[in-house]
This record gives sequence, structure tokens and C-alpha cells, in this order.
Amino acid sequence: MKRKLLSALLCASMVAVMLVGCGNGDKKADEPKADEPAAAEEKGDELIKVGIINNDPNESGYRTANDKDLKEFFTEENGYEASFAYSLKNDEQIAAAQKFVTDGVDYLLLSAADTAGWDSVLQDAQAAGIQVILFDRTIDASEDLYAASIVSDMDKEGETAATWLKDQALGEYNIIHIQGVMGSAAQQGRTKGLNDMADAEGWNIITQQTAEWNAEKAQQIVQSEIDKGTKFNVIYAENDDMAKGAVAALDKANITHGVGKEVVVMGFDCNKWALEELLNKNWNYDGQCNPFQASYIDEIIKKLENGEEIAEKTIIMEEKGFDAEEITQDDVDTYGI
Amino acid sequence: MKKNNFLKDLVGRQIFIPIAALLVLALFNLIADPAFFKITLGTNSTGDPVLSGYLITILDYGSELAILAIGMTLVTAASGGQDISVGAAMAIAGSVTLKVLCGSNTRPETLQAPIIVGFLVAVIVAMLFGAFNGVLVAYFKIQPMVATLILYTAGRSIAAWINNNELPVISDPAFAYAGGFIPGIPIPTTCIIAAVCVILIVLVMKFTALRLYTQSVGINESSARLNGLNPEMIKILAYVILGVCVAIAGFIKVSRLSTINYSVIAKDIEMDAILAVALGGNALSGGKFNMGASILGAYVIQFLTTTLYKFNVPSAALPAYKAVVVIALVVLSAPTVKDKLSGLGKKLKSGKQGKEGA
Amino acid sequence: MRNIDKTFPGVRALQNVQFTLEKGEIHALMGENGAGKSTLIKVLTGVYGKDGGDIFLEGQSVAIHSPQDAQNHGISTVYQEITLCPNLSVAENMFIGRTKGMGVNWKKMNKETDKILKSLDIPAKATQQLGSCSIAIQQMIAIARAVDMDCKVLILDEPTSSLDDNEVQKLFKVMRDLRAKGVGIIFVTHFLDQVYEVCDKITVLRDGQFVGQYEIKDLPRVKLVSTMLGKELDDMSDIKGEQAAYEVDESIPPVYEATGLVSDAHIKPFDFYIRKGEVNGFTGLLGSGRSECVRAIFGADRVTGGSVKVNGKSVKISKARDAMKNGIAYLAEDRKRDGIVGDLSVRDNIILAQQVLRGFFKPFSKAEAEKVAAEYIKLLSIKTASSETPIKSLSGGNQQKVLIARWLFTKPQYLILDEPTRGIDVGTKVDIQKLVLKLASEGMSVTFISSETDEMLRTCSRLVVMRDRKVVGELSGDDLTQNKIMGTIAGGDN
Repeated sequence: MKRKLLSALLCASMVAVMLVGCGNGDKKADEPKADEPAAAEEKGDELIKVGIINNDPNESGYRTANDKDLKEFFTEENGYEASFAYSLKNDEQIAAAQKFVTDGVDYLLLSAADTAGWDSVLQDAQAAGIQVILFDRTIDASEDLYAASIVSDMDKEGETAATWLKDQALGEYNIIHIQGVMGSAAQQGRTKGLNDMADAEGWNIITQQTAEWNAEKAQQIVQSEIDKGTKFNVIYAENDDMAKGAVAALDKANITHGVGKEVVVMGFDCNKWALEELLNKNWNYDGQCNPFQASYIDEIIKKLENGEEIAEKTIIMEEKGFDAEEITQDDVDTYGI
Repeated sequence: MKKNNFLKDLVGRQIFIPIAALLVLALFNLIADPAFFKITLGTNSTGDPVLSGYLITILDYGSELAILAIGMTLVTAASGGQDISVGAAMAIAGSVTLKVLCGSNTRPETLQAPIIVGFLVAVIVAMLFGAFNGVLVAYFKIQPMVATLILYTAGRSIAAWINNNELPVISDPAFAYAGGFIPGIPIPTTCIIAAVCVILIVLVMKFTALRLYTQSVGINESSARLNGLNPEMIKILAYVILGVCVAIAGFIKVSRLSTINYSVIAKDIEMDAILAVALGGNALSGGKFNMGASILGAYVIQFLTTTLYKFNVPSAALPAYKAVVVIALVVLSAPTVKDKLSGLGKKLKSGKQGKEGA
Repeated sequence: MRNIDKTFPGVRALQNVQFTLEKGEIHALMGENGAGKSTLIKVLTGVYGKDGGDIFLEGQSVAIHSPQDAQNHGISTVYQEITLCPNLSVAENMFIGRTKGMGVNWKKMNKETDKILKSLDIPAKATQQLGSCSIAIQQMIAIARAVDMDCKVLILDEPTSSLDDNEVQKLFKVMRDLRAKGVGIIFVTHFLDQVYEVCDKITVLRDGQFVGQYEIKDLPRVKLVSTMLGKELDDMSDIKGEQAAYEVDESIPPVYEATGLVSDAHIKPFDFYIRKGEVNGFTGLLGSGRSECVRAIFGADRVTGGSVKVNGKSVKISKARDAMKNGIAYLAEDRKRDGIVGDLSVRDNIILAQQVLRGFFKPFSKAEAEKVAAEYIKLLSIKTASSETPIKSLSGGNQQKVLIARWLFTKPQYLILDEPTRGIDVGTKVDIQKLVLKLASEGMSVTFISSETDEMLRTCSRLVVMRDRKVVGELSGDDLTQNKIMGTIAGGDN
């Protein structure tokens, strides 16, 4: 009862803060607009200050590419002064956010480690007139607390991949499905895509196990199926590493894979080396998970600076799926991470 | 009667638990699938002969753990604690190997150095990190788990930093020999490496006083010092040996896939390594140890993992199954339960004898 | 208890042991270390199960499977180490584990406690924290607790080893009071004096066997000792005779000589030497710095100054290994903490020091080690099931022998024994003293430290006396008398 009351109060105060916040934001947005011509010519003191909170770039190739993209984009040449903070831990991220708020950045860019616990710091940001833009990951907080959220649609990634698999029109579908860390957004989306299609088409998923994004575990899972003597003709791995592990097991057992071979190999994330495997026709498909969010973020910031409304807060990035038969060296260079 | 004594003797021995666990797992698999122990000779994609089958798979994938168990046993015995940084240290060792072999190019056409050099540099680096842990434990008297927490936390970042956060891939097939097969030899190279490590440690224990020194320091440091030992050096030595094990295991891991993923490579392997030591019936508080039992413990863990994969245990439930089996094994190997069991055995025996007498 | 048998793997710990305790008597249970006293007690209290025999209580055969059973039958034990909780109050300790249900009537509990304490004349308050009482009082409170639990049989296992004379007297008073109330008391101790002071009967065990039960007046001391040892004691005075007059050969430099030696263990710089074949000793009260001196000699503490010569040659001894390389061996005072490596086998414990001297890369093979172990087990008549037995399962005296074997195996020219006879039985004590003299006659130099002055007098030809961490005198020849030593220790004119 008490808790409910408290949250009601919080909501009320949030609304109040928001009103004030909006007012501030408008004002601030006005200022740079007035000086815009000058800003374009001499970038000196008119840089837009952004505080970027991201997950540890070592976490994965995806994150590395993501971080690199942000670093390359938010430079002084492009009119930004960027500070970075990395952590895989939510509380450390929140502390970093608090610091950015205190430092008085103009924009707070956030890829949260965990969905919960962000309300209070985002309220502080709002009170200080700081706009928050989420990228890659969403959080459990009121939409009012952030200006925009740029995400991948994992469900769509799974759907695209499954549709591609359907289009291959294999005689029968015996699928080894290797999952990522259970419960992660990517795992859920990519698993859903396959499961839905398998149900609809009556495909046979012979095993569905998690390798926790780990190549070697994937290798063991596939090895186990080979030792068992099960027949399979599709490996659907939810990231490139796991696909690579699976392929290592196939190689050991002299099972051919790739375009026109015994087993169809599918991966996700579009690592450069993975796309090269596609180019060499050793794998069949790789689904993109777009780490290049900087340009999307930039677009939003530009709009906000111009005082434009952000109509749709959730912005879904365009993501491709690559087919080994169609991929080109250009694709590898452009989309490989 | 004699057989009974033999049995009793075996039950009382430390190595009994891992052996019993292996037998139970083997029996279970045999009943479930008589073809479990079938080993076939086939060829791999490059046309070389390879052995395959569940047993081979277990030996193959259990190698890293078995190698780590060697070092972890020594560290446990000497310092009465465990090194939880081995997974992170393996990431570093693997990263170093790749850095040496690839240079600045992440996907070199030709290797920048002989593979053995890459490996040896990794060994030296891993030994240094081991010594670092050892010094913290021995001289600064920090709890081993706490001391190694430092590297556990920082290790993977260091590994990534060594290669500028890039993911080198080695295309030279020779590099994959260590984690796969050497052309012409049908036995997985990992098994050979593990066997060599086991033989090496057996020889080391035979031709040096390592066992006596480590145990003495682990059981009674003060007494060991008064007998002219230098407990600090012996602890550091244990950590350095673990460092060598880490480098070897790390090398196998990167060789398996010819690349590295800093955040997931050898993830949580430290827990399995510690578990191997515990399953071997060794006291985690240090002192006496049984190396063979630890190594068997490592294979028990791999046997269990492979069994669970084989039975397609739903992925989300996998850790739960593993936990149940592990709890059972650890409880069984607890001294109090052991005493109870042997008491029970005795009762049964005397009961039988009484009947025979009547 | 009749015909009690108990077998441990490899050792028959008890064999046909009888023990009879009457109402209202104090009965001493005597025997050397390893004779089976503790085992018998543990069988009686249900800690161990028995393999044969019967236990009768007031004429009824009873089965005792657990300490709980024993307690229910009115058998209580007070151990050498206090097993109460020092951070609880006296009253709480009295009633812990005995309150029925969840509720506690504190007032009543405290009142009861004070009553019991008073009835036994124990100077403590119910509300006092147990840890703030002296060890003796804690001991008595443990007894009071046992008594209050309606015990008929009270077992006191070495209760006096950490008490001073005054406290012992208090304890005895409590024991006598209990006797008057009809409680039967089993008293286990090493102190012969105390047995004769307070006990009515004595039962003697030897090698796990029942030797006999005696009225105290029928068994004079010498007889008791010989009964315990199982041989006619060739009397302590015999050893004295062995002590050949030690002749000094000034032409040979001392085996060990220290000048102004000082360590970080708070001792004043001291000079010290020992000659070949000499037995000397450090004497002084506990805490006078005797042990610290020999630790400095061996490099066990950090040496901060002074110079050392071994056989006339200057050497630097800064750690144990340096000392060992110079042929010095040191049996540490605290056997448990600084001596045994508990979980290791007797064999490993014997070879440890010599192995360290040989170096890391020259391990003893199992066969070699086995041979050495067998040799020393025989030489020192160490009682152990086998050389594989962990040393911690041996009795104190035998552990000590293993440690002596360890150091003898390093073939030292100079052996330091710090309290080698503390807490071990009479027989082993004599063995060790004899051994010291034998070694000296073979040319080894020995420094011997003991809290028992007569032991020192029997073995040493020269004594260094210490007071307040300082060497205050040196006695030899005719000055070696109890009185003279006491006088020097005490200082002043007396």
C-alpha cells in the first residue's frame, strides 16, 4: 500500500519535473540554433557535449564494432565532444551517468547493462536539461524520460533468417539449433523466429541447446549429435562464434557444409571473418545485427538541436541478412564488423 | 575374504569417489545406449584419419580441464585456496599467442613467428601472471580467492587490450593441429598434450620433492619453515606451475577454433577446475593432495557434460542437472558420509557373516 | 565396564579392559600416553562405539551409543580444553542446551545458577561473562554444569594441566565435596602428586590392556611408575650415574659460539657457546626468554645482531636452512604448531628435514624413505601402526619421538631440544633423557630446555640462567643444584 502511494507520488513529481525539464530543453535548444552558422565554421567552443555509457567493448565483436563506430563518429570534426564510460554492471553505469549529469553534458547516450534501476538518474538528467538517447538496449522506464531509443529488432532478425531458410526449399529440415545466453534479447528474438517458422512448416528441430555464445560449447553440442549419429542438415547458430564452433565439429567428422553441401550453416552478427566464410561458400547465411548506431543517433541529435519533434521514440535500425550466393566483397567490407 | 578387503581398501581410498563416479556415468550411458563406447576410425574434412566416438569426445574436451586440475591441485594444496583467475589468464595466454603469431595484422596470410614461439611466449606471460598471484598470496598474505579476483576481473580486458580489441584469425592449418588432429595421427592432439602433461607432472613429482614440500607447507607452514623450507617460494612455485598449465590449456583453446573471443573463451572454467580438485576428494583448505584423483575428477566433469549433451537435456535445465550431480558427488566424498558408508558396509558384512555362521 | 574391546584400523586400542567405579570415590585412571586412557573414556561416553564388552551402571547393563546417551545415563565429562562458550554468561553456559521449549526464564536461570555456584563454593556470578573468569573457574563451572545435570559419574580428563597450584587446590576441594555427595569421579592425569593427594583408587592401563586396580595406599609412587611402564624402573638416579664428567678440551674451538646474538623477539643480546659432546641448557621461568634464545641460534626468529661461529668459522645464520646446513637441529617448543606436519605420514615427517637439506631435486625414493623410517621407528621404539600412519593420530610422546627422529636423521653436530618432554608420559621422558646423554657420549652437542629443573640437572653439565629475557648467570659443576638454580633465577642475594 505504502509502496503504491510512493510510486504515485513519484509519478506526480516526475510529471512536474518533466514540465520544467521540457522548458529548459527548449531554451537550450534555442541557443545553439541562433549560433549555428558560427558553429559550422569555427567548431571551437560550440561542440555538443555527449556522455556515452556503453557496455565493455571486450564483451563481443558486436560491442567492439559498436564502440568503434561511436568513437569514430562523435569527434570534434563532427561537432562533438564525447566522453565514454564502460561497464557491464548496471550500478557502475548508473554511477557514470550520475557523473555525466553533474559534468553537465548536453546529451546522455546509453546502452544499459540492465533494464531496471534507471529512473532516478534519468530524472536527474531531465531536471538538468539533458536529453537521453538509448541505443542498442531498452530500459524499463517511462518513455518520457528519454528522447529516443535506437534498437535492433531481434524478432525481425530471427524472422528474416527463418524466412530465408524456408526459401531454400530443402527436401527436409533437420535442424540443430544452438542458442545464445538464455534470456538475452538476441537469443529470445532469434529463437522465436526459428520456432515460429518450424511450427508453421513442420520442421524437425533435433536439438535446441544453449552454448552461451561460446564457440567451444557449440562445438561440443554438435559433436555430441555427430557421436550419436543423428541426421541433420541445418545448423542454426545464434551468433557467428557458435556457428564457427559447430563447423569445427563438422570438419572433424568430414561432414561437408556450405553452399550445395550436406549441411546448411547459419550465423548472426556479420563478423568480417564470418562474411568471408560466406564469400568462400563455407557457410550459407549470416544475419546482421547492426552495431552502427552513431549515424542514427546523430540524426536524432540534429533534430533535437533544431527543435524538431521526435515522432516515434523507438527507432528500429535496418538490418540485412546475407546469402552466400549473393554476397560480394563490398558487402564484407561495408558490413563486416 | 581377500576380495572384501580389497574392496574396503578401495572404498577408503581418496581416488574411489572419482572412479565410482566415472563407473556410474559409464554404466548409465551403457544401459541407455549400448553403442556409447563405440569408437570408429573415420576421416576428417582434410582426409586424415581420425578416431571418433563419445569416449574420444570426452577425452578430447576434458583435456584443458585435466591440465588445469594439475596446477589447481598444487595451488590448493600449498596455499589452502583456489585461483579463480585461470579462465581470464587463459584468455590472456591465448591472446598473447595470437599476437605473437599475427603481429599487427589480424588476419595474416603467413604467420609472423613459428607457432612454438607464440606458445612459449604465452607460457612465460602466464607464468608471470601466476607469479603475480603467488606473490600476493605468499608475501602479502591475501586470501587466494581475493588475490586472484584482481586478475579475474581485469584479465579479459587485458587479453583484449593485447590485440587492440581485435579478433585475430589464423588461417594456417598447422595452428589448428593442437586443438584438432595432426595429419596421420588419429588420436586428438589434445589428448596427447594432456597425457604429456600428466606424465610430466608424474615425473616432476617423482624426481623432485614437490609433493612433500607442497603438502608440508599446506599443512603446517610454521613447521615447514622451521624445517628449512621457504613457504613463500613454494606457494609462488605452485602458482607458477598453474601458470604453465594455464598457458597450455589456453593454447589448446585458441587452437581449437584458430581464433579467440575474449569474453567467452574458457568462461567459468575456473569453477570446473576447482570442482575437479574437490571431486578428487582433496581438501580445499589445502594440505594433502592426490593428483590422480583431481585429474580423474576433471574427466568426470567432462563425462557429465557430454552425457547431458547426449541426452539433449533442455538447455535451460542443464546447469541444474549438473548441480544435482555435483552435490551428490561432493556430499558422497565428504568425510562424514564416507565414515557412515563404511560403517554401513561393515554392518552389512557382519550381518552376512552372521547368517553364514547360522 | 567389563571386557571392553576397541579396535582401530591397524591398532588394537583396547583389549579386555576392566574398570570399576564405586559411588563416592575418586578413581585415578593412569597410563602412559597411548595406553588407552582416552579411548576408554571415549567408549564410556559414547564418542566411540565399542567392539566388545559391556558397560554396567548401578548393576544394569546399559548401551551407550552417543554422548547424548551417556549424559542421559548421568555420565558427564569435563575435558582438558574448555568446551563451553566463553562469550556467553555463566548462567547461559550452565543451562545451554538444557532448557525445555523456546522460553527462557532468565531470572530463574540466574538464581539457580548462583545457588549451584554457591553450593560448590565457586567464586563466580551467574551474569558474568564466562570468558572473564580464569581457566580454573571455567573448569569448575564446567564441573558444576555436569553436576547439576544429575551426574552419577563425572569424568575429569586432565583438568589440572593448565592450572596453578592454588587453583588445583580449589578444584580438589570441589572434587572432595562431590565425593561426599556420592558422585563417582574418574580422574585422568599425568601428575603423580595429584593422584596421591586426592584419589582413593588407581586403575592402570598399559598398551590398551588392563594392568590392575589398586588402593592408593597399596601402591607407592615408584611402584606406580613401574607398573605404568611395565618394567622395574631402573630408577631415575641411574641416569644420573651415566652422566660422565664432561671434560673440556680448550684446544678445539666450540661447536657453536655466539657473541652478542639478538633477535627481534625482544631478548637482550647474549653470548653463548657449546662444545663437542657437551650437554647444556637454558633455564629460567616460562617467558624468561629461554626459547627465544635458541630460536635466535637456529635463525627461527629474525636475527638482528651479533656474530656466530661454527667450529671456529664465522657463519651467517638468518634462517632455519642456514642453521641446518651448519649441522644445527632444533626441536621446537610447540610440537603441534612448529613441529609435526599433522596429515603427513610418520615416514614423511621423519625425512622432511633431511629432504630439505638434500634439496628439491634429490627426493628420497619411497624405498629409501621407508628404510629410514623403519630404522628410526625401531631405534626410538616409536609406537605406530605403520610408517604410513598420519603423525597426528599418534600419541604426544610418540609424535615427539618422530620429530626427534627427523632431526637425528639430519645427522646434526648440534641438537637443540626445546621442552622435548612436556606433556608426554614418564616412560618417554626417561627415554628422551637417556637418548640425550647417549648422543652426547657419541660426540653430539645438545642444548636441552625443560621446565622441570631436575630433568635439567640430570642431563646438563652447564646451565645458562635467564631472567626477564636476559642471561643472568651460568652454573656448572658443583653449582648445579636445585637451590643454586632457584637462587639465580630469583636473583638478589638469596
